[in-house]
Amino acid sequence: MPRIVVDVMPKPEILDPQGKAIVGALPRLGFTSFSSVRQGKRFELTVDGEVTEDILAQARDAAKTLLSNPVIEDVVNVEVVEA
Amino acid sequence: MTELPLIGEAVAVAAEPRLAGARIGVVTFPGTLDDRDAARAVRLAGGTAVELWHADTELGDVDAVVIPGGFSYGDYLRAGAIARFAPLMSKIIDAANSEAKLPVLGICNGFQILTESHLLPGSMIKNDHLKFMCRDQVLRVENSNTAWTLDYQAGQEITVPLKNQDGQYIADEKTLDALEAEGRVVFRYVGFNPNGSRRDIAGISNAAGNVVGLMPHPEHAVEAGFGPESLDGIGGSDTDGLGFFTSVLTKIVGGDK
Repeated sequence: MPRIVVDVMPKPEILDPQGKAIVGALPRLGFTSFSSVRQGKRFELTVDGEVTEDILAQARDAAKTLLSNPVIEDVVNVEVVEA
Repeated sequence: MTELPLIGEAVAVAAEPRLAGARIGVVTFPGTLDDRDAARAVRLAGGTAVELWHADTELGDVDAVVIPGGFSYGDYLRAGAIARFAPLMSKIIDAANSEAKLPVLGICNGFQILTESHLLPGSMIKNDHLKFMCRDQVLRVENSNTAWTLDYQAGQEITVPLKNQDGQYIADEKTLDALEAEGRVVFRYVGFNPNGSRRDIAGISNAAGNVVGLMPHPEHAVEAGFGPESLDGIGGSDTDGLGFFTSVLTKIVGGDK
């Protein structure tokens, strides 16, 4: 089954409190090379059958209306992944 | 639901029979926590509380709606994001935007639902300190002309409980400037900003003033003995939140300020 992967990230200008907590925890485990972390979301939408242009457009629409909140987040990627 | 008095003299304002004709809907989503308290606050203020279910397809005969706090749909995806698409919400959105301008109050998760519904601008993200916080919070009423604040004085300070994890109000600078210029910042945190909200904003309204959302919980400060107390020196009283509910009843029965 092909899947459509949608990646959503907090907008760059918005402080990401979760990312900040993670970057604070990394050095405690000895990971000292990372100066910043931002945490986003990955959605996998499974399609029964072929991914047509129409279905891909629907996924983009869903990404904008439900999967992300444009006030605080950006949809950074929508792509088809074959199983 | 007629389980009103838990303690003596609970009914403080319910003397006016004309108020009882005002019907305030209280919406329950899967995961809503504070619907019972909100309904109780409506009754203590003298109105009639009407239970509404998220899957209802009709609003029925209600004069105003309270969207209470909690964790609708477990806060999955984003707080309020899935509730926004519940069948009843589209009816509420239409009614709030209609000529009749249905008064709508969103408390905590209800506020998050109203921003996800685009009835109010901006959004809420995690508290800047990342912790769930529960405290008695002092607020300043900045606008006493909304449907839900008529019974307060502008500049009045009230104390109500605050309890949330995703309570940091954010919007872009242009939106914040517009909210300030139009008097739509209805409540501001006083003394301590508990979540990093921009410009200490605790609650806002739409342009018409019929839709109000805030993070703190006025419905938990409506009866003596059960609200914030003045013992810890922060002032206020146990019943500072009751004014939200008396305000909308006054508005509905036509007694303008």
